[in-house]
Amino acid sequence: MRKYSVFAVVREAMRGHKGWEAQWASPEPRKEYDAIIVGGGGHGLGAAYYLAKEHGITNVAVLEKGWIGGGNTGRNTTIIRSNYLYEESMDIYEHALKLWEGLSQDLNYNVMYSPRGVMMLSHNIHDQQSFKRHVHANRLYGIDNEWLTPEQAKAYCPPLDIAKTARYPINGAALQRRGGTARHDAVAWGYARGASDRGVHIIQNCEVTAIRRGPDGVVIGVDTNRGFIGAKKIGVSAAGHTSVIMNMADVRVPLQSSPLQALVSEPLKPIFPCVVMSNTVHAYISQSDKGELVIGAGTDQYNSYSQTGGIQIIEHTLDAICELFPMFRRVKMMRQWGGIVDNTPDRSAIQGVTPVPGLFVNCGWGTGGFKATPGSAHLFAHLIARGEPHRLAAGLTLDRFRTGRLIDEAAAAAVAH
Amino acid sequence: MLLIYCPYCEEERSELEFRGAGDAHIARSTNIAAISDEEFEAYFFLRENPKGMIFERWRHIHGCGRFFNAARDTVSDRFVKTYKAGEPKPDLHPAPATAATVETYEALEGDAQ
Repeated sequence: MRKYSVFAVVREAMRGHKGWEAQWASPEPRKEYDAIIVGGGGHGLGAAYYLAKEHGITNVAVLEKGWIGGGNTGRNTTIIRSNYLYEESMDIYEHALKLWEGLSQDLNYNVMYSPRGVMMLSHNIHDQQSFKRHVHANRLYGIDNEWLTPEQAKAYCPPLDIAKTARYPINGAALQRRGGTARHDAVAWGYARGASDRGVHIIQNCEVTAIRRGPDGVVIGVDTNRGFIGAKKIGVSAAGHTSVIMNMADVRVPLQSSPLQALVSEPLKPIFPCVVMSNTVHAYISQSDKGELVIGAGTDQYNSYSQTGGIQIIEHTLDAICELFPMFRRVKMMRQWGGIVDNTPDRSAIQGVTPVPGLFVNCGWGTGGFKATPGSAHLFAHLIARGEPHRLAAGLTLDRFRTGRLIDEAAAAAVAH
Repeated sequence: MLLIYCPYCEEERSELEFRGAGDAHIARSTNIAAISDEEFEAYFFLRENPKGMIFERWRHIHGCGRFFNAARDTVSDRFVKTYKAGEPKPDLHPAPATAATVETYEALEGDAQ
């Protein structure tokens, strides 16, 4: 792999950009691998990268039904933060945030991590109490999070309307300054390039149709549209389609898949300096480096694999955006799309062993999986390599819905996050 | 936005009038205190999440207010059937009409006339 650097840019500029090589190889699948990862999103590609880099397991294939990064990795609003309430969540999201901070250097790939701050608006007493509880919990745990008055919030994000007569008045905000955004495609491509360079096979347009198990119940491989591929370890990291894959091994997972929508505006000059989220009126907004306002809407109320979502959902979000930021009322929206998110009953992720030996699962990241990508991938690689979870992911087990040890971020946030 | 046929009002109405209420045909154990943790998990947390035919409850909350059941294809979001609460689960093919993402009306119904 040729390293990317300013010298590479100059060199290629001198010779008509003819020397850039493909970022990852597209090999024919082998008959057998040490480990297979089902799902070529950020989490799956990242897990393959860390398996190769940190655990020395390079005989790995990532099987992707479509194209890499074409699912939720390429469909989210790229928000990164770690200000969750429970220790299990803080552990993994803070682990991810720390990896985000050095990811571009680690991958030699500019993932455009931008710690521009994530500000969560408080609209009422309940919000205020809940956010202050988050702020205190985070700071006790060594995670930055601070409380802002409405005036401080306005100073941090000038387009915000803090008038007392506003339709959704604001009584404060919680700000995580290290939070921000990153470029989603670059995350998938950067991990793919790093993994491929270390010998991982990235196999696109390869749909898993069955998981095969030996007489003792241990996994022996998968059937795909490109034939049988053997492996003693299979990691499933298929986001909204996890239920479909896990059903192939007769494992029921407590997931419900539904569409989550996002949309972007026409490009504007730099106007919006941070990420603003309002859980209560349900709106997320930031501005991409291309100038588009990136807006996140809610999930539909029904299970679906349709990658679309209802118009009333985005209308509701745009209504809130226009009230919070009156200057955006006449901005035109350019594109809208949906991704299929896998929500668990407690709205915390599942990463762990399954009842089937050799089969591991990483799922349930729901509406907020992008921010976890490096952390989740790093810990999933540990799980697949060692066969047992890393300390930081030890609480995210699949069996917590039987034992009752829930990580109830749903109750903590009262919204999708 | 979905168009949903309420079997009580006998009318197709917009999704805005309805509230989705999750899986249909879940029977609560009559001796809930005696069942095992596995059985409780299956009853309380595990839901069908099929890519294809799903059987779910809906409530016509801004209409007649009644609960009813529906069979719907989760790939196209198309309702195959709605039926009154208490009626048996219809015997319908579980596979989706198409496995590909349905983005247009034409993809499902053929050319618009």
